[in-house]
Amino acid sequence: MSTSSSQTNGLFGYVAQFATSADLYHAAEEVRDAGFTRWDVHTPYPVHGMDHAMGLKKSWLSVVVLAGGIAGAFTALALQFFTQVMLYPTVVQDKPTNLFTIPAFFPVTFELTILLAAFATLFGLLIFIMLPRWNHPLFNSPLFAKFSDDAFLLVIEARDAKFKAEQTRSFLSEIGAGDIEEVKF
Amino acid sequence: MAETTTTPTAVHPSEAPGVAREQLVLNNRSMSWVSNRICGIVENRQPFIWWVLFVPSVFLFSCLIFTLVYLVSTGVGVWGTNQPVSWGWAIVNFVFWIGIGHAGTLISAILFLTRQKWRTSVNRASEAMTLIAVICAGIFPGFHVGRFWMVWFLAPVPNANAIWQNFKSPLLWDVFAVSTSFIVSVIFWYIGLIPDLATLRDRAKKKLGKMLYGFFALGWRGGNRQWRHYEMAYLLLAALSTPLVLSVHSVVSFDFATSVVPGWHTTIFPPYFVAGAVFGGFAMVLTLMLPVRKLYGLEDLITAKHVDNMAKIILLTGTIVGYAYIMELFISYYAGNQFETDAFHMRILSGPYTWAYYCMFFCNVIAPQVFWFHWCRHNLWVVFLVVNIVNVGMWFERFVIIPTTLARDFLPGQWGYYSPSWVEKLMFLGTFGLFLMLFLLFIRFLPVIAMSEVKGVLPESDPHFPAWRKLREKRRLAASSAK
Repeated sequence: MSTSSSQTNGLFGYVAQFATSADLYHAAEEVRDAGFTRWDVHTPYPVHGMDHAMGLKKSWLSVVVLAGGIAGAFTALALQFFTQVMLYPTVVQDKPTNLFTIPAFFPVTFELTILLAAFATLFGLLIFIMLPRWNHPLFNSPLFAKFSDDAFLLVIEARDAKFKAEQTRSFLSEIGAGDIEEVKF
Repeated sequence: MAETTTTPTAVHPSEAPGVAREQLVLNNRSMSWVSNRICGIVENRQPFIWWVLFVPSVFLFSCLIFTLVYLVSTGVGVWGTNQPVSWGWAIVNFVFWIGIGHAGTLISAILFLTRQKWRTSVNRASEAMTLIAVICAGIFPGFHVGRFWMVWFLAPVPNANAIWQNFKSPLLWDVFAVSTSFIVSVIFWYIGLIPDLATLRDRAKKKLGKMLYGFFALGWRGGNRQWRHYEMAYLLLAALSTPLVLSVHSVVSFDFATSVVPGWHTTIFPPYFVAGAVFGGFAMVLTLMLPVRKLYGLEDLITAKHVDNMAKIILLTGTIVGYAYIMELFISYYAGNQFETDAFHMRILSGPYTWAYYCMFFCNVIAPQVFWFHWCRHNLWVVFLVVNIVNVGMWFERFVIIPTTLARDFLPGQWGYYSPSWVEKLMFLGTFGLFLMLFLLFIRFLPVIAMSEVKGVLPESDPHFPAWRKLREKRRLAASSAK
């Protein structure tokens, strides 16, 4: 593991600030092309096209949400069919209690599909982005705190295979960084 | 990016003459201005008027608690409901508040899917309004059952007699629809809040602020690896909430449409209710946003264009509602069902509540027509007056639908009259107190505008924007030197 030397001197990585979203975009392309893997850009809003600049693929959260929706539909139909038709046939105004009751089950099925899909979205999102995580080395950096205001930051972690303390710092300067700060653990 | 391969006449859409849109944020405000202005509302002292509104709203909320306790301890007889009018102000208020809740979800979801960037200034507050309105609404079905301690019978578990609920009943569909709408709105609102809570966390000076905002921000770091899942989640929730907007109020309308009472038993109800809900909801959004933008200096974020767009939506949905009223009247005349014809004849001419019908018609159909005129949409006093008239009109619409119809159903021997008791009146006022109180608390503690979203629609947020500026400058220089 190439992390041992940076771990012992407590270096998490570098935070570099860029002036505009365009500068950050171009810098991200350079970092992607240089072969770094443990890095990220931190912005106050999602920058359009940044996924492409970082070489990231689309998010598969949609599959999780679909699974949640299917589970919701299935649960609702099973619940209603089992209770209204099978367990204790609930005759209301002589309406049928058999397969033909299913149209009456539509509203609850629809709502429960959406509800479970929404739960899948929330919990899927939290799992995919690995939050909550209230403690992170980046919170030690005063420069990093500006990401939520108006700063465009690029972070390269020391545990990346291509990370070399001085070269990476000068590389960041070359691609247009203004302030570069070291982040310690 | 494309320095030399574009044609000489290509111009970025944001700058083409005649096509260029009005700025979403005026006066070229920067991102840090946005953060400072909105976080400043939370971090600085509230204006005096906040207290002037908060104290009475807490008082009204306590009146609500009092009336609820009085109702449960004494009995439903304290209300004015009777036979035949067994649903009075309580259900009118329920539908009123639920309807208001729909604008928030529409702004968050449908305006997102239709790429209406102007929604970013109003979506946070309108979604908060939705949540608070649904809370106010939920009080009424819960307490109108009479034996409130048995209201858990509505949950999908066997009740005290080991009997399951009747899932074929619209009253139960309502339980699922409203609960789902509330929970999904909370989830959508909260996910939208996470980046803004991170902003407040990073600015917080006091320990308690840091802890609370930090806790609820979940450690958000704004990394693009997080943003891409976040954007997918946001898109999916918008896609899920869109059918929710359309279905929830349709299910509420089924409470009436699936009955056999003339005036209720009609298929026009679902689209009519949904249009009415959007109509009333946008009116309430403007009722809240016009004072807020003035008091907190947010005119550069909630601009005249935003008010203009919302006024147009109010005009559109109000006209749809007017069409529905006229169509109801026409069908009652044309359809050949004597009971339907008589029901509407009594509604507009010979019944005991005709005053309510004309009030409703004027407030909902006539009043918003002023929004055809540019001057009216841009004069904020006119807008504020008209949206409050619409709020009143939408309450009257539900009043005309519910007690008026029940008072005159099939058998003349059954006919009755309903007037609300003081308990119902105070309870309704009390829900306004609850609504205002919770909204003021929202303004006090949470960012009233979605900062990260507004920053995302500023011109400088687009990474290709500066390139166009330079390119255009270069071309202009090249063209002038070639002359």
